[in-house]
Amino acid sequence: MSEPRTEILGKLRRALARTDSDAAAVDARIAAHTANLVPARGQVPEPERVAMFRAMAGEVGGTTEELAGPAEVPAAVARYLAGQNLPARAAMAPDPLLQGLPWTTTVLELRQGRTHGDDLVGITAAFAGVAETGTLVTLSGPTHPTTLNFLSETHVVVLPRRRLAGAYEEVWARLRALGADVPRTVNMITGPSRTADIEQTIQRGAHGPRRLHILIVDGLD
Amino acid sequence: MESSAHAFPANVRHALADPQLQRAMGRLKGHFIDKRAHARARLPEFDALRDQAKAIKDHTLAYLDLYLERFETEVRRSGGHVHWCRDAAEARGVVLGLCREAGARTVTKGKTMIGEEIGLNPFLEANGIRPVETDLGEYIIQLAGEPPSHIIAPAVHKNKEQISDLFVEHHHGGDRSRRLDGIPELVTEARETLRARFLEADVGITGANLLIAETGQTVIVTNEGNGDLTQTLPRMHIVLASLEKVVPTMEDATTILRILARSATGQEFSTYTTWSAGPRRPGDLDGPEAFHVVLLDNGRSALLGSEFQDILRCIRCGACLNHCPIYGSVGGHAYGWVYTGPMGAVLSPALIGLDEAHHLPNASTFCGRCEDVCPMRIPLPRMLRHWREREFASGKAPAAARWGLGVWAWFATRPWAYRLATGLVARVLGLARRGRFAALPLAGGWTRGRDFPSPEGRTFHAQWASRRGR
Amino acid sequence: MTKGRVGLFVTCLVDLFRPTVGFAAVKLIEDAGYAVAVPPTQTCCGQPGFNSGDRNSARRLAEAVVTAFEEFDFVVVPSGSCGGMIKVHYPEIFKGDRVWESRAAKLGAKTHELLGFLADVAKVERLPSQFYGRVAYHDSCSSLREMKVREQPRRLLGLVAGVTVAELRSPEVCCGFGGTFCVKYPDISLRMVSDKAAEIVETGADTVLAGDLGCLMNIAGRLKREGRAITARHVAEVLAGMTDGPGIAEPRVIAEPRP
Repeated sequence: MSEPRTEILGKLRRALARTDSDAAAVDARIAAHTANLVPARGQVPEPERVAMFRAMAGEVGGTTEELAGPAEVPAAVARYLAGQNLPARAAMAPDPLLQGLPWTTTVLELRQGRTHGDDLVGITAAFAGVAETGTLVTLSGPTHPTTLNFLSETHVVVLPRRRLAGAYEEVWARLRALGADVPRTVNMITGPSRTADIEQTIQRGAHGPRRLHILIVDGLD
Repeated sequence: MESSAHAFPANVRHALADPQLQRAMGRLKGHFIDKRAHARARLPEFDALRDQAKAIKDHTLAYLDLYLERFETEVRRSGGHVHWCRDAAEARGVVLGLCREAGARTVTKGKTMIGEEIGLNPFLEANGIRPVETDLGEYIIQLAGEPPSHIIAPAVHKNKEQISDLFVEHHHGGDRSRRLDGIPELVTEARETLRARFLEADVGITGANLLIAETGQTVIVTNEGNGDLTQTLPRMHIVLASLEKVVPTMEDATTILRILARSATGQEFSTYTTWSAGPRRPGDLDGPEAFHVVLLDNGRSALLGSEFQDILRCIRCGACLNHCPIYGSVGGHAYGWVYTGPMGAVLSPALIGLDEAHHLPNASTFCGRCEDVCPMRIPLPRMLRHWREREFASGKAPAAARWGLGVWAWFATRPWAYRLATGLVARVLGLARRGRFAALPLAGGWTRGRDFPSPEGRTFHAQWASRRGR
Repeated sequence: MTKGRVGLFVTCLVDLFRPTVGFAAVKLIEDAGYAVAVPPTQTCCGQPGFNSGDRNSARRLAEAVVTAFEEFDFVVVPSGSCGGMIKVHYPEIFKGDRVWESRAAKLGAKTHELLGFLADVAKVERLPSQFYGRVAYHDSCSSLREMKVREQPRRLLGLVAGVTVAELRSPEVCCGFGGTFCVKYPDISLRMVSDKAAEIVETGADTVLAGDLGCLMNIAGRLKREGRAITARHVAEVLAGMTDGPGIAEPRVIAEPRP
């Protein structure tokens, strides 16, 4: 062990008058990972939950759309891109959930994989949505390259309606239920990229996407 | 970063005489305050969350060594490394070593106050590595060669004309015939310029808002997404964090995140909250190949168990700056070092010494607004007073102040002498029929811009004694 | 038969600069049905020393105040700042001292800022005074945050015939007095009081009132320097109907009739 480590920990232990039995208390607290106060807003049931999610996401400049079934997704994406005057071309996450959608019903030209910044549009699924602030949660992994969340000017996200949580804590519970270690990156995304660094004037698309479009899909997952 | 905190009075004069800065500070005053108030009003549980957040941090600080060890274990398990650093020089050395290991020429940086604290940019430059700030505000002040003037709005002191001049000078070969008129044009140009830097960087350095002991995650919040591009694209991700950032679990971090953005910018939640654990995993299509956490002490361990321990709860939201009338009058640069406003006035003396920073805890009216709005309920005024106590006890308080207080205390502890003296002063000064003085010996600071009211004539106690006949 | 014995802590600024405030306080408290005493050994609450880091002198003065005032049912202070010193900071000064900590805590529990006392304890619901004017009310920081006095002065002013209260744009912002602060950092202090004066002028008020003489001397000093025709008074003067004399920093003899 390095000398700085030993010295710093020694200082902390002296200042805190550490005793041997304390470690068990710390381990127990972590193992319990009890939720603290969850605001009432995060505990609304369906269908208000969807309404709240859409309202909160809309407030920060995201756009949302509810779809009745998975079959509607490709056409909705195509329609959205056309409406934004964007070419019908996108990089898509190699996610089985997305791969199972009937993309061939549209003229969309899809490339699967990460992006290096030359794709105008990125399409991903979300691990969860959180109604209390209109937040999306995505996990990095082989089926979800992080670059798709950030490098394209337009980010289209497919959020299965069943994955919409009220509060963040529900998502952490689901994450732990996956069993394995936490993924390399958990991204919480609330609206498109913005900055207020020049005269406190809000501008969209500082470094990340200028547009965030969320499709809330029934009967998926 | 080199400190000019000792020159606070001169810095203040400079700031007060800068009309552009004064306009910018005027803009700041209403903006963040109204937004925070709005966000607070929308969340009925806001104050209860503050109580819980405080309790979480108090608990963590009481077991800080154990939580840090657990954090380290988890980082290692996820394939990352933790580097413990006692001071700024050690941290700079570690970062440079890692950059060299990665063969780095260009380093992108997300916003990190620790980076400022250890003076990282000039050090990297001196060693042939080009650091590029990617937070728009940080990028602007890096071009200007200035330190940040606000924790979360580093370039708040600059207007768009000044920023336009900087971009014209530094972009497109310095073509002076260019003009950038609006804020959208400025943001777009920064986006395009920095996108190239993101893609060419070898190492990405970010700060950390929180460290999670349970999982070994480091957490950053940004609005621009620059932190994510900084840590996702290069081969190596280095996280700069100070010891006190750790909390036990994701749930604990979540409670703090619920009040962080609301207190800072009045947002319900920051645009991007990113939890990172270790390097790229097998099968991942992107992400860094190496993950390092530089864990800095730099004087913080000495605050544990001291009268200043509570400042270790600070989550750097900037609410105390936004609500501070001193900060609002002079801006961040006057404080002369990295940390500004009330939290800076408490923290800076601990990190750079009371001799250097003694003005900062003295420059407060103890109005208490900072403590009122602090999401972590840090008793900032009380700790400012503790610094004054240390200064007084060390005999370093200004001689005139010590003398004045001594005289005052001598009289005030002797009621008979006090009555005599106050009676005399009241009568003499009370002779001013105009009711005020435009100038007065020993009160030059006051009377430069204010009249000094004169006493009515006889003291209350003298009149009371004669009325009631004692 | 009185409702209780009140010890009046006069404050050094009131004693020295504006005894009228002390007499107004006596009148208001007596009219509310209490017996008022003014312990003759009182001098200063110790705040200058305390806020300058001189705990020893602060402690000696605090001991004197505790000793002089603990016999009363209530301690009333016509200042949020000195009231806060006694109520909030004395217990801090004596923390860990077995004897003095509890004495200070007991004293703190019965210490009230004047306006808080009148409104919350004495529950004053009628005042015979009248004052015709538009009044800007300045909340002192200690009254607001340490003594939790905000609505009380407004409620009491509502009982005075003729008063219209105009709210400042930023009532929660400090005026820049800050005790020794205004002497140590006069430039910042001046900037702050200038902003405050501008907000007062903006209200169109002819009078500015507050519950702390420190703020009032600062604000009046600035308004006079700017040549504003706005009179500054302690709010107790208006409540007690003792407004015949000149305002703070105004000439003793009024040379010409006011419009």
